Amino acid sequence: MNFDDTPQEAEFRSIARKWIQANAPKEFEEELSKSSLGRIKLAKHDMVEVGKAWQKQKSDGGWACLHWPKEYGGRGATPIERVIWQQEEGVYGKLTQPFQIGEGMCGPTVMAWGSEEAKRRYLPKLASGEEIWCQLFSEPSAGSDVAGLRTRAEKKGDNWVVNGQKIWTSGAHYSDYGLLIARTDPNVPKHKGLTMFFLDMKSPGVEVRPIKQANGMQEFNEVYFTDVVIPDSQRLGAVGEGWSVSLTTLMNERMSIGSRLATGVPEMFEFCSNLMLEDGLAIDDPAVRSKLAGWAVKASGLKYTSYRAISALSKGERPGPENSIGKLVSGMMLQDIATYAMDLEGAAGSLTGESEEVARGQFQQMLLSSPSMRIAGGTDEILRNIIAERVLGLPGDIRVDKDVPYNKIPTKGR
Amino acid sequence: MNFDFSDEQKQMRDEARKFLSEQCPPRAVREVLDGKAPYDKALWKGLAEMGFLGVAIPEKFGGAGAGHLELCVIAEEMGRALAPVPFSSTVYLAAEALLIAGSDAQKQKWLPRIASGDAIGTLALFEGKGNPSPKAIKLTANGGALNGVKKPVPDGAIADFAVVAARTGSAGRESDVSLFIVDLKAAGVEVKPLTNIDLTRGQAEIAFKDAKAEPLGAAGEGWGVITQVLDRAAVLTAFEQVGGADRALEMGRDYALDRIAFGRPIGSFQAVKHMLADMYVSATLARSNCYYGAWALSTNAGELPEAAAAARISATQAFQHCAKNNIQVHGGMGFTWEFDCHMYYRRANAVALGLGSLSYWEDALIDRMRKKNAA
Repeated sequence: MNFDDTPQEAEFRSIARKWIQANAPKEFEEELSKSSLGRIKLAKHDMVEVGKAWQKQKSDGGWACLHWPKEYGGRGATPIERVIWQQEEGVYGKLTQPFQIGEGMCGPTVMAWGSEEAKRRYLPKLASGEEIWCQLFSEPSAGSDVAGLRTRAEKKGDNWVVNGQKIWTSGAHYSDYGLLIARTDPNVPKHKGLTMFFLDMKSPGVEVRPIKQANGMQEFNEVYFTDVVIPDSQRLGAVGEGWSVSLTTLMNERMSIGSRLATGVPEMFEFCSNLMLEDGLAIDDPAVRSKLAGWAVKASGLKYTSYRAISALSKGERPGPENSIGKLVSGMMLQDIATYAMDLEGAAGSLTGESEEVARGQFQQMLLSSPSMRIAGGTDEILRNIIAERVLGLPGDIRVDKDVPYNKIPTKGR
Repeated sequence: MNFDFSDEQKQMRDEARKFLSEQCPPRAVREVLDGKAPYDKALWKGLAEMGFLGVAIPEKFGGAGAGHLELCVIAEEMGRALAPVPFSSTVYLAAEALLIAGSDAQKQKWLPRIASGDAIGTLALFEGKGNPSPKAIKLTANGGALNGVKKPVPDGAIADFAVVAARTGSAGRESDVSLFIVDLKAAGVEVKPLTNIDLTRGQAEIAFKDAKAEPLGAAGEGWGVITQVLDRAAVLTAFEQVGGADRALEMGRDYALDRIAFGRPIGSFQAVKHMLADMYVSATLARSNCYYGAWALSTNAGELPEAAAAARISATQAFQHCAKNNIQVHGGMGFTWEFDCHMYYRRANAVALGLGSLSYWEDALIDRMRKKNAA
């Protein structure tokens, strides 16, 4: 048991480190280090533009989408090399946020189901960040039950005509292409009538509208489709096979290991170390210490769980299911930490200004944003179902709509 | 990075699991639970023969000379099987104290007997309510004679010798504590078994009246040794706790698959599934913290104090959580004497206190994290 690299890994790390030192946009290092909890603030620059520049530079140097084959814009690297790269990329990795859905979900789906021509046309530009991709799965009445989606695609000659609405699409407003799942046959049970496509987000009839979220911010979009035409050549997988294709996408989402989830623990530790309460520092209060210790061991547990997954990769094994707990644990923890930090601030805890009383407002922001952490990318409840069914082997829920044609499933809005 | 046990260590785990499933099935645990024997003597001998008692004891002192990673592996299996033997008191506490502070002669006298299963040892630290603290030690040592009362002493009623913490100064400071080895069969030692919630592991009160004692380590350095022993024992015990937590989770999962209610396995109800998923989460977090503790223990790293506290807290929470919800999954059957759920529940809650309670370790973790942050 050790934390050491193998000789090959050490060599790869040293090459990666040297390249990053020579090429990284150091002018943004400080701002990137300070931005926490997934929120990147660059005072004078557009984050997407800075990100695109870094992504292009990496691509030119052979450091983009490392685990992809070279002919599709990758490096043909091993999974462990990808993890090492992410460790070395450090704060600059935050700049990859606009490309993560493309690299993690859309790209692998195109790679698994696209034609050779499509792969050569789209994947290298996705890898280099010249073209950004988004994922169009969720709908207002199809969230956890995504197979219940309503967006229709109807065959007209060699094309498909799409009408409907998607929601919670991150980055739709700056994306060039989208991965779209739509209903092509409403007369069969819901999982069987779906088909996967990709489309140009600039197509006529595509309208992107930002959503004003519960936390007051606008990070996600609604996307409306009115008679949008998609050529049949942009279909991925067979007609009616969309559900299987979507599983490729979702499995890839869950395989991402290097991505460190924010837990809020370092922020909370620092806060409690400096907050003066009536009887002294918060961190000297036994009640505070008990809470803090409970969170600290969850954060360290997550960290070492990811180390176990990395070790499996290093040995060329497939990581076990342990890593599926990350978002479930960290989402709840962020919310609990924010609530408790504000409790310690007392009456001033409700203030949101960046005043001295409230530690720059970070916990107030965390409180308002944290509900989304427990919903996006699989709700806490869906994640518990996944652990129970796929890890512990418990039976699936009884599905009352399983063998019912989609258009006979009772819904409130139809 | 290789943050995992080696193939040889995993093989040892398989051997230990096989041995314990044959030699320590629940009905063997119940012999002790039902008060028919103070501990499982045959199992104790068997563990010695397998080389498990001396796995981390150097060969020159009669052990297998493997190491602490191997001991972690064995500890997990002991916890999983609820082995009703004085393993933790003898191996994690007494043997580790000897390894840290013992003279060559002391090691030569006791360690081979531990490895061969001929001597049971323990640590006599507590004197009634409260957590480990130099202030709480009132038992005195004068001219090699101990006077005072220790309780609870784990496995005190069956132990042959004890490492005893005594006050040798007047102020209750760390430097006022010294350690002694006492032969518990000698004159001046009075042992009284105590009842406790975990019926598979005994506790005792030991009164010392001018009992003859031999110093272990230098005078005034006892507290430092105790701290080290507790850190090591915290990691090893955490592995026992993770073993117990995993077993409780499995029992709950198996029952949820087997039990039919409302015309379907209860494991298909989300209320039950989610409870089991949460048990898996806490057991996984604990296991990962334990692995870090094992690394720190086996390399004697500077990170050990923090890693030990994190492993201890995480594993305590996981075992309590899994043992409690295992009963809940079982419903009424889980509250019968006949089902094994209560044995895990008892163990989970007793072992949570033995080295100092959860709040003691939470406090320790924060102190240690601050120290690291300041450095």
